[in-house]
Amino acid sequence: MPGKLKVKIVAGRHLPVMDRASDLTDAFVEVKFGNTTFKTDVYLKSLNPQWNSEWFKFEVDDEDLQDEPLQITVLDHDTYSANDAIGKVYIDIDPLLYSEAATVISGWFPIYDTIHGIRGEINVIVKVDLFNDLNRFRQSSCGVKFFCTTSIPKCYRAVIIHGFVEELVVNEDPEYQWIDRIRTPRASNEARQRLISLMSGELQRKIGLKVLEMRGNAVVGYLQCFDLEGESGLVVRAIGTACTLDKLSSPAAFLPACNSPSKEMKEIPFNEDPNPNTHSSGPSTPLKNQTYSFSPSKSYSRQSSSSDTDLSLTPKTGMGSGSAGKEGGPFKALLRQQTQSALEQRGGSPHRFCKRREFPFFTLTAFPPGFLVHVGGVVSARSVKLLDRIHNPAFVGIMGNTRSYKLLDWNSFNADEPETRDAWWAEIRQEIKSHAKALGCHAVVGYSESTSICEEVCILSASGTAAVLNPRFLQDGTVEGCLEQRLEENLPVGCGFCHIPYDELNMPFPAHLTYCYNCRKQKVPDVLFTTIDLPTDAAVVGKGCLIQARLCRLKKKAQAEANATAISNLLPFMEYEVHTQLMNKLKLKGMNALFGLRIQITVGENMLMGLASATGVYLAALPTPGGIQIAGKTPNDGSYEQHISHMQKKINDTIAKNKELYEINPPEISEEVIGSPIPEPRQRSRLLRSQSESSDEVIELDLSHGKKDAFVLEIDDTDAMEDVHSLLTDVPPPSGFYSCNTEIMPGINNWTSEIQMFTSVRVIRLSSLNLTNQALNKNFNDLCENLLKSLYFKLRSMIPCCLCHVNFTVSLPEDELIQVTVTAVAITFDKNQALQTIKTHVEKSLQRASTDNEELLQFPLELCSDSLPPHPFPPAKAVTVEKASPVAEGNFRNRSAPPCANSTVGVVKMTPLSFIPGAKITKYLGIINMFFIRETTSLREEGGVSGFLHAFIAEVFAMVRAHVAALGGNAVVSYIMKQCVFMENPNKNQAQCLINVSGDAVVFVRESDLEVISTQQPTANCQPLCTGGEVTT
Amino acid sequence: MTNELDIFVGNTTLIDEDVYRLWLDGYSVSDAVARRVRSGILEQTGATAAVLQSDTMDHYRTFHMLERLLHAPPKLLHQLIFQIPPSRQALLIERYYAFDEAFVREVLGKKLSKGTKKDLDDISTKTGITLKSCRRQFDNFKRVFKVVEEMRGSLVDNIQQHFLLSDRLSRDYAAIVFFANNRFETGKKKLQYLSFGDFAFCAELMIQNWTLGAVGEAPTNPDSQVDDMDVDLDKEFLQDLKELKVLVADKDLLDLHKSLVCTALRGKLSVFSEMEANFKNLSRGLVNVAAKLIHNKDVRDLFVDLIEKFVEPCRSDHWPLNDVRLFLNQYSASVHSLDGFRHQTLWDRYMGTLRGCLLRLYHD
Repeated sequence: MPGKLKVKIVAGRHLPVMDRASDLTDAFVEVKFGNTTFKTDVYLKSLNPQWNSEWFKFEVDDEDLQDEPLQITVLDHDTYSANDAIGKVYIDIDPLLYSEAATVISGWFPIYDTIHGIRGEINVIVKVDLFNDLNRFRQSSCGVKFFCTTSIPKCYRAVIIHGFVEELVVNEDPEYQWIDRIRTPRASNEARQRLISLMSGELQRKIGLKVLEMRGNAVVGYLQCFDLEGESGLVVRAIGTACTLDKLSSPAAFLPACNSPSKEMKEIPFNEDPNPNTHSSGPSTPLKNQTYSFSPSKSYSRQSSSSDTDLSLTPKTGMGSGSAGKEGGPFKALLRQQTQSALEQRGGSPHRFCKRREFPFFTLTAFPPGFLVHVGGVVSARSVKLLDRIHNPAFVGIMGNTRSYKLLDWNSFNADEPETRDAWWAEIRQEIKSHAKALGCHAVVGYSESTSICEEVCILSASGTAAVLNPRFLQDGTVEGCLEQRLEENLPVGCGFCHIPYDELNMPFPAHLTYCYNCRKQKVPDVLFTTIDLPTDAAVVGKGCLIQARLCRLKKKAQAEANATAISNLLPFMEYEVHTQLMNKLKLKGMNALFGLRIQITVGENMLMGLASATGVYLAALPTPGGIQIAGKTPNDGSYEQHISHMQKKINDTIAKNKELYEINPPEISEEVIGSPIPEPRQRSRLLRSQSESSDEVIELDLSHGKKDAFVLEIDDTDAMEDVHSLLTDVPPPSGFYSCNTEIMPGINNWTSEIQMFTSVRVIRLSSLNLTNQALNKNFNDLCENLLKSLYFKLRSMIPCCLCHVNFTVSLPEDELIQVTVTAVAITFDKNQALQTIKTHVEKSLQRASTDNEELLQFPLELCSDSLPPHPFPPAKAVTVEKASPVAEGNFRNRSAPPCANSTVGVVKMTPLSFIPGAKITKYLGIINMFFIRETTSLREEGGVSGFLHAFIAEVFAMVRAHVAALGGNAVVSYIMKQCVFMENPNKNQAQCLINVSGDAVVFVRESDLEVISTQQPTANCQPLCTGGEVTT
Repeated sequence: MTNELDIFVGNTTLIDEDVYRLWLDGYSVSDAVARRVRSGILEQTGATAAVLQSDTMDHYRTFHMLERLLHAPPKLLHQLIFQIPPSRQALLIERYYAFDEAFVREVLGKKLSKGTKKDLDDISTKTGITLKSCRRQFDNFKRVFKVVEEMRGSLVDNIQQHFLLSDRLSRDYAAIVFFANNRFETGKKKLQYLSFGDFAFCAELMIQNWTLGAVGEAPTNPDSQVDDMDVDLDKEFLQDLKELKVLVADKDLLDLHKSLVCTALRGKLSVFSEMEANFKNLSRGLVNVAAKLIHNKDVRDLFVDLIEKFVEPCRSDHWPLNDVRLFLNQYSASVHSLDGFRHQTLWDRYMGTLRGCLLRLYHD
C-alpha cells in the first residue's frame, strides 16, 4: 500500500538571529523523508520568513510511512561557510495513516535544537494520500489504531478484546559508537533522536501486524519503553492489548475483512458459573513455592520465591525448579477452564504460530462493566540480568533490506535462536502466568513491565493483577442474549470482583476469609491488592488516599556477577519490607484495599531503592481492617511499657483520625440479620515484623526474628522503631487536598473543568559520610514527603482539589544522587456539591446494601464506555447514581478573559487521565510518542541544573502541545512521561537530559458547549473547539 | 542532604502574583522568602520554610525565563513554551511595565542614556527602591522609547500596540517618552512638589495640541521626512509663538487686555486687587514663556518658568484655585476682543494647553 506524502513549508517566526552583523537570518528549510530531501528557497534577511513553498511530494511505501519520521531542518544560509543549522522538527505522520484520526497536520511547530532548545517556530502542512493495496503479505500495519489509554477509549466500543501483544527491537546506541568520538554532541544527539524515532515507528508497525494477525484493529494500553543499556545497546520494547474496536457513532460498522470470527469460537457456549466456590474443592494441591502473591494475605508469604528462579544471572533455561507442579494448579472451577480454553483458542486461531507465546495478559486497568469477574491479587516477578552486547543480526540494520526476513522472524520466533532480551521477558511473563494460575486465575490484568539499569546490571520487573475474566469479551462479541443477561443477574455487582477466585480449602497462601460484607454469599479476603483502577461499580466507603512505601538498602559496590548476586540477595528483603510497609500504612488509614499498586525497584551503584505507590480505599465488601498492635520485647520494664503504650495510643489515634479524614464509616451490619456464618472474630493483626505461621521462608529470611514469638513486635529493635516512626511521620495532605495514583478518586464525583497537569523533579545529594540504611531511608522518605508538601503548597489556589494519577519515578543517576520525578494532575472539585453528597451518603448508608444491587442492575449492559457523558465517578452507591448527572459546568471558575489580545495560541490541555472532566472526547487523533535529548555546555549560564531542566521540560510540554494542535486536537489524555534521564557534570559545566513522553491526542468538547452545538447543528461534533477565550489555570 | 535540583513545571504556567511582585521589586530569593514568611503564609498554609524557598526559587526561575518574552510582549502572546491564560498574560505584562512614582520622578525628562543608568545607584539609595527594580524600570522606559520614538501615528496607540499595555499605562509611557524626548526639567527643587501625574497630565495636553500630530494634517506624501509626529513639538508652532509677544510689548494692547479682564472679573475674585496689581507681571510671564520656546534650552525649562512666572506669584498671594481658573479663562478669552491682535488661533493653541497645565500645576 504505497502512499504519497505531501509537505508544504509555509512560514517561520521568532527565528534566532544568526547573522550578528545584520541581526537577521537568511533562513531556508530542508525537508527530508527517508532518503529524499527537498529544499525551500532562501528567505533573505528576516526573522519571520514567508517561504510559502510548493508541495514537496514523497512517494513511499507505507512501511516507510510507519517507520520514518518526517524531518524538517531549518538552516541559515551562509555564502562563504557551511550553512548553520537553526534546529529541527520531527513529525510522526502515523496519525495520518488511519482513517478515523487526523486528516492533515498543519500548524506551528517549535524548531528544536538539542543544544539550544527551542529557537522559533515553523508553520508546516503535511498530508498523506494512501493507495489501497490488499496485499496479504504486507509488512505494514497501516490502519491499526494505537491508544495509550489503558481502558476502552471513550467513543469506542470493544467488540472483542483479543489480548496481549508485545514486541521489542534492539540496536546499537549511537552515543556509544566509535563515530561518536569524532562527531559533535549535536550530531550525536540527533542521530539518537532519529534512531529512536525510527525504532518506535518500526516497533509500532510490527505490533500492528500482530494485531492484524489476531484480527483486531486497535491496540489499547500501548506502553512503549526504552532501555538505554549503554555499551550493550538500545532496546525499544512495547506491550499492549489488542482489541477490535467499533466507533460508537457508527454502531453497525463492522470491520469488513478483519472481523469475521472463526466458526469454532462462535459455538462455544459459556456456561458461566459465577459462584466458583459452590463447586466442591478440587484435589488439594501443595502450595507452589513460586506463588508470589501480595494480595490477600495479611501477612507476607514467600516473598523470596519469585526471585529464586528469576535471579539467575545468566539466562538459565526457562522456568527453573518448582515450575513443573504448576500445570496441575488449583484449577477447580469450570468457569476458569472454559475461559482458559477460550483464551488459548483465540491465541491459536487460524495462524497457530503464536499459540505458544500466548500470554493471557491485559495492559488495561479499567474494563467494560462485566468484564472483570474476580480479582485474585497482585502477581509480580523480577529478574536480575547481566547485560552484554545484543547479538541480533535480524535487527541490526534497521534501514537495510532485511525486511522480508524480519517478517518471518517474528512468526517463527522460537525456531530461531531467540534473542536474549526476548527470552528474558518471555521467562518473566511465564512466571507471571504461573503465579496467576496459582491464584486460581487464568488472566492477568493491569499488566506492566519495567526495567532498572545500572552499569551492566539490569532488573527486569513485571507485575499485574491475577483475575478471572468474563469470556464473553474475549471472543466474538455478537454472542449476546439470554446467556449474557443471566450472567449479569447472577453476578453480585459491586462486590463480585472481590470474591476469591481460588479454592478456599486450598488457598495458595494463608489468608483470612470472610463472607462478603456486601452480598453475604461469597468469600472475600481481608485485604485486596491490585494494580488496576478501582472498578467503576465497586462499592466503596469514604474517600481513598495515596499510600506509599519507601525503602532504601545499601549495597556494596561490586562488579558484574558479584554485583548481580548482591542485588538478587537484597531483592526479597526489599519486597518483604515494602509489602509490610504498605500493609501497615493501609491499616493505619483504616482501609482494606489497594488499587493501582506499582512497586518500583531501582538499582544504583551502591544502593537499591524501592518505592511502592497505590491508592488505598475501603471496599464495602471486605471486612473492616483490624488495628495495629505493638508489643515490647521486655515487658517487665515499667518505663518501657509506658513507651509502648504511648506509641500504641498514637497509632490508635492516627487510625481514628484517618477514618474521620477519609470519611470511613462503614455501616454496622448486625450479624443476626445476615444469618450467615459469622466471620471469625477479627483479630487485630499484629503486623509489624510479625511472622506468618506457616511460612518457612520468612524465617529463613529473617533469622534474628525467627526464633522469637511471632506476634511480638520488638520495639527496641531499631528497624522496628524506624518502621513505627515512618508510619507516624507521614503527614496527611492539608485540608482540601486529596491524592491518589489511580484515574479516579472514590468519593469525589463533582469535578470542575479546572485541571493542572505538572511534572516536578527533585534530585538530592546524600552526604556520603558513612551512610546507614536508616539515614538513607530517612533521606528518601523526607525527599518524597517534602516533594508532596511542595506540591500541596504550589497548588493551594486550586483547593478543594485532588491530585490524581500521581506517578512517582525514582532513579539513581550517580553514587550519591537520588532523583524523584512526579507527574500528576490536580483537579478542582466543587466543595458544596461534595458536602451534599456526603450528607446524603450518610443518610442513606444504612440502606445501601440493599439499594446497591437494585441500582446497579440498571446498568447499561453494553460495552461502550461512553454511552453516558463521561462522569468519571462510579455509580458505586445509589447516591452516586443520582449525582452522576453531568457536573454543572464550572464556568464560573473560568475567569473570563479580558480582551487582552488576539492570542493565536489555542489552549491544549494535558492530563495523565483518560478523560477530561466536564468534557466529552469526540475524536482520537492518534498517539503522541516523542523522544527528546537536550544537552548543554553552558550549564551555569542556563541557570544551573534546575534552570536547564525546568526550561527543557517546559519545551517538551510545548512541543507536545504544538503537535496536538497541529493534528487539530485540543488535549492530550493518558499523558505519561516515561523517561526523564538526567546527567550532569558541573565541573565541565555540562548536562544532558533525555525525555520520553507519550499520550493520546484528542478533540474534546465541553459538555456545556456540546449542548449548544447539538441543538444548533446536530451532526457537527467533530470540530475541534480550540477554546480561544477559555482560561484554565 | 541537599536539593541539587528542584523544579516544578505545569502545563499551565503557575504565576503567583505575590511572588511576581517581590521579583519585580528586585528582591533576592532569600529576601523574598523572608518577606513571604513575614506575611504569615506559613501559618495560613502549614508549609515549611523549605517549601517556601523551593516555591520561590521555582517562580523566580519561571519569571527569569519569561523576562526575555516580556521585553517584546507580543512575543509572549505567540510563544508556545509557556501556556498562560490571556488574563494572566495581561497581568504579567502590565505589572512588568508598571513603575514606581518615586523612581519615575527621578528619571522623568532625563536622557535615557548610559549616563543616567549609571546614576541608578544613587536613585536606588535615595528612593529605597532596589537597584534591580530601578534597572528594570529604566530599561522599560528606554525600550519603549527606542521602539516608538521613530514611529508615526499616535504615540499612545503605538505603545499600546507594541507593548500591549492598558490604556492608562500606555498614556503614562507616552508622557515618559515625550518628556525624555524633549528633556523637560523636572528635578529642580521648585518642582519637587509636583507628582508624576501632574506632569503626565501636562504631557498629554501638549501631545494633543503642541506636536506635529496635533495639527491633524498628516503628510500627504508618506515618504516626506516629517519629524516624529507625536514625540516632537511642532517647530513651526514654536516659531510662531514669537508673534504673541505683541501682547505685552504693545502697551496699549496690554492695557486694553488688562481692563477687559478686570471688568469681567470685578466682584468675582476674592483676590481681585492682587490680580489687578499683578496682571502685567503675570501676562508678561506667560507671553514671554511662549516667545522663548523657540530655544531648546527654554523648552527644557518650561515647567521651571511656569512655576516661577505664574504659580509662585499667585501662590504667594494665596489665590484660591477657583480664582486662578476664573482668571485664566478670562485672560485667554479676552484676547479675542482685542481688535489689533491677529493671532487668535495661535493664542488659543498656546493658551488652551497652558491653561490646563497651569491649573493642574497649581497646588501645594
